[in-house]
Amino acid sequence: MLRFTPFHPRVAALCQSHAWRRWAGYVVASSYELSHEREYHAIRAAAALIDVSPLYKYRVHGRDADRLLDRVVTREVRRSAPGDVLYTPWCDAAGKLLDDGTIARLDERTFRLTAAEPNLRWLQDNALGLEVAIEDVSDSVAALALQGPNARVILEAACETDLGGLRYFKQAAVRLRGSPLLVSRTGYTGDLGYELWLEPGDALAVWDALIEAGTPFGLTPAGMLALDVARIEAGLPLIDVDYVPANRALIAGQTSSPYELDLAWAVKLDKPFFVGRDALAREAQRPPEWRFAGIEVDWPSFERLFAAVGLAPRVPSVAWRTSVPLYAEGAQVGYATSGVWSPLLKRYIALAHLRGRWGSPGAAVEIEVTVEHQRKRAGATVVTKPFFDPARKRA
Amino acid sequence: MANRWDAIVVGGGHNGLVAAAYLARAGKRVVVLERRERVGGAAVSEEAFPGFRFSVFSYVVSLLRPEIIRDLDLPRHGLHILPLESTLTPLPNGDYLAQWNDHDRNRRELARHSLRDAEAYDEFGRTLHQMGRAMKPLLGLVPPDPASWRPRDLAGLARLGRHFRALGPAQFHALHKLATMSAADYLDEWFEGEALKGTKAASGIIGTLHGPRSPGTAYVLLHHYMGELDGVFRAWGFAKGGNGSVSEAIAGAARAFGAEVRTGAAVAQVLVANGRATGVTLESGEEIRAEVVLSNADPRRTFLDLVGERHLPAEFVEALGRFRFRGASAKVNLALDELPNFACMPGRGPHLRGAISISPSVDYLERAFDEAKYGEFSRRPYLDIVIPSMIDPDMAPPGKHVMSIFVQYAPYHLAGGWTDARREALGDAVVDTLAEYAPNVRRAILHRQVVTPADIERLVGISEGNIFHGELTLQQLFFLRPVPAWARYRTPIEGLYQCGSGTHPGGGVMGAPGRLAALEILRR
Repeated sequence: MLRFTPFHPRVAALCQSHAWRRWAGYVVASSYELSHEREYHAIRAAAALIDVSPLYKYRVHGRDADRLLDRVVTREVRRSAPGDVLYTPWCDAAGKLLDDGTIARLDERTFRLTAAEPNLRWLQDNALGLEVAIEDVSDSVAALALQGPNARVILEAACETDLGGLRYFKQAAVRLRGSPLLVSRTGYTGDLGYELWLEPGDALAVWDALIEAGTPFGLTPAGMLALDVARIEAGLPLIDVDYVPANRALIAGQTSSPYELDLAWAVKLDKPFFVGRDALAREAQRPPEWRFAGIEVDWPSFERLFAAVGLAPRVPSVAWRTSVPLYAEGAQVGYATSGVWSPLLKRYIALAHLRGRWGSPGAAVEIEVTVEHQRKRAGATVVTKPFFDPARKRA
Repeated sequence: MANRWDAIVVGGGHNGLVAAAYLARAGKRVVVLERRERVGGAAVSEEAFPGFRFSVFSYVVSLLRPEIIRDLDLPRHGLHILPLESTLTPLPNGDYLAQWNDHDRNRRELARHSLRDAEAYDEFGRTLHQMGRAMKPLLGLVPPDPASWRPRDLAGLARLGRHFRALGPAQFHALHKLATMSAADYLDEWFEGEALKGTKAASGIIGTLHGPRSPGTAYVLLHHYMGELDGVFRAWGFAKGGNGSVSEAIAGAARAFGAEVRTGAAVAQVLVANGRATGVTLESGEEIRAEVVLSNADPRRTFLDLVGERHLPAEFVEALGRFRFRGASAKVNLALDELPNFACMPGRGPHLRGAISISPSVDYLERAFDEAKYGEFSRRPYLDIVIPSMIDPDMAPPGKHVMSIFVQYAPYHLAGGWTDARREALGDAVVDTLAEYAPNVRRAILHRQVVTPADIERLVGISEGNIFHGELTLQQLFFLRPVPAWARYRTPIEGLYQCGSGTHPGGGVMGAPGRLAALEILRR
């Protein structure tokens, strides 16, 4: 049976569309209204409230907690201070991505790791000989994302606390109408925003308090369809969509290294050891075979394909997550894995895997477009990610 | 002495800014001279009451050309267009007609009034979509003159001829009807419901001193359906921050390309020597010279005020005299303590995030026009209402609201002329009309701003306060806008160009005249 998140009573009452999606064995709303359009715009123009409780969450505690995490992930955990949050991928011994998530340092000896997939066994297997306890807290921590330009004023109004000092990728403990919360300045939208970590028993009270405080500022509950548009604009990869986790790949060709996912910045080769380090150190010596980049479909050429059959161009307002071939000089040079029409940027954007030099910004490629059942190609340009990067995200 | 500037743009309305941005993008040295302290002309957001931001004049976006958004990368300069989702028409009998963006919901609502209309609606939508596509090439084209034998005109005509031939007979005939009929007659061919026809016909009278039964109003309806958002025609949106943010984004793009935008710089005169424009003089006396002068002002202001008749051929001046402005629209902007509570659909709901149209029937609109014919404003006017703070909460303090009310008819040529008392009487008529449907509005008003056509003329400088810089009627459109033989942005004065809504393809926050004028200059 599918499970309900702690926010489900509120979510279900609001979900007019009856459009639900599965996420890690839970049901979550795809959109609340009949179209996700307004929920998307709330993320970018006001604020959105998104139930992200299905994330896997682990509490890693003990004298060697940081040593364990430093063994597993590619970024450096040991130097973090309580209150820091890190985004990091982690790999298998071949240096291929298993998962990605965030690590929040709650105190000297305690961390919370979020993950898209179950990771308890992987963590335990790597903890051999270390003094550390790993607890799966996925069900005992509820999570809400509060994202958008008005997220700060809403959260400040709801908890009557000044959050101006809470910087990007930092975390703090606050109380919201009596409920203790951990608030991290993180999210999956590439915008100003927070993620709230709380007791499931407080979930409804926190939801209600946020809606009450946030409605005058345009706070809107948003589902996964809206989030998907925002995360593509933010250039953030999604497991099982933009990459296949190495432990589920059936052939080596399906796996990706951090370098091939544009995550070189998150690989700290100067750490003495972590899983996959040797393979990654070797890979770092040469340019990556594949690169993960943004592409922008060239509108005039896209429009011409439709005009040729007497149609106005049709843009994907719901993000697609299929593999779409990319060509250059008559041959296939890559494939796009997620794409969407950005309602804000007024551009058709996609995330793509491209071979070698075709992954550099400015490279001209072609993308397959199906127009009236015919496969055509429209021009596209490789651009730097993120597509949308407002100053307020870090300000 | 070499000129510091390649081009001067007189007036920082959205079209002037678009023209400046395109010229600067092509490497030209451009300066925009705006009389007011902020750019935008009639596309401005102002805090007319502390904490409340009003789109003082124009208030929605749809017509803004997608190629301009793309070429100038306006989203990077702050443009964010939010969707307007629905239209609610409250009815005098306490019922309502709603048009929703969800197909099933919309069909069910229409069927409540007429099963036939519910079915006809989709076909109507398809026809208007096809018409939008049919008109689209015209919006990106310098209009060729069918009376001319110049190769460029002939080539342009041939291209358009091929385009219109390719539409096929059904579409071509529909287009012909839209170009010539009245909005009411055209809608009668489709629908039977009075509220639906009234609300659709309202698009045909906007900005024009015509009633819905006046021939030619079907074109104005089409003009409002040509807008394109994300490839969807007739989609209407609201710019976050109000329409001023459209202008600010264009100004930001122009500056990023290297243009200089000067505010508080009122142009007094276009300097003409030997039949050539050589620059401008500011009211401060400062002289600025350039190779080319573009005027974003309307044709009357450009030629009769800034250039002067003595520099112009007599027949040109005469033709200008026939160009009709006749502003017919007013704006009422309200700061509200609470949301309006519509008796037909009480409480807060999605209907408050769309347009609310006081247009219960074609007769209602025609009666409103009857009064305007004889120089009175309508006692029960057509109102097109949006509540920007419901779409963008930053427009008002938390929990408070702004309401934007487009009002018609409020003729520029009011019998006895516009006075402060008449302006407030118009404001009262608008509030009275609205209060018939949402009685709480009266006590919710914290501040009221009434903008008559005379105010538009005084504040923004548009002749007779016509929101389109001249009526959008067939005799002054395309190759006839503003004056026959002078529709290609050029003027009888060498080096002087027009780039405002008084040129093809006309008004609305479209930007096409500015873009086409700039491209025409860059062809030189």
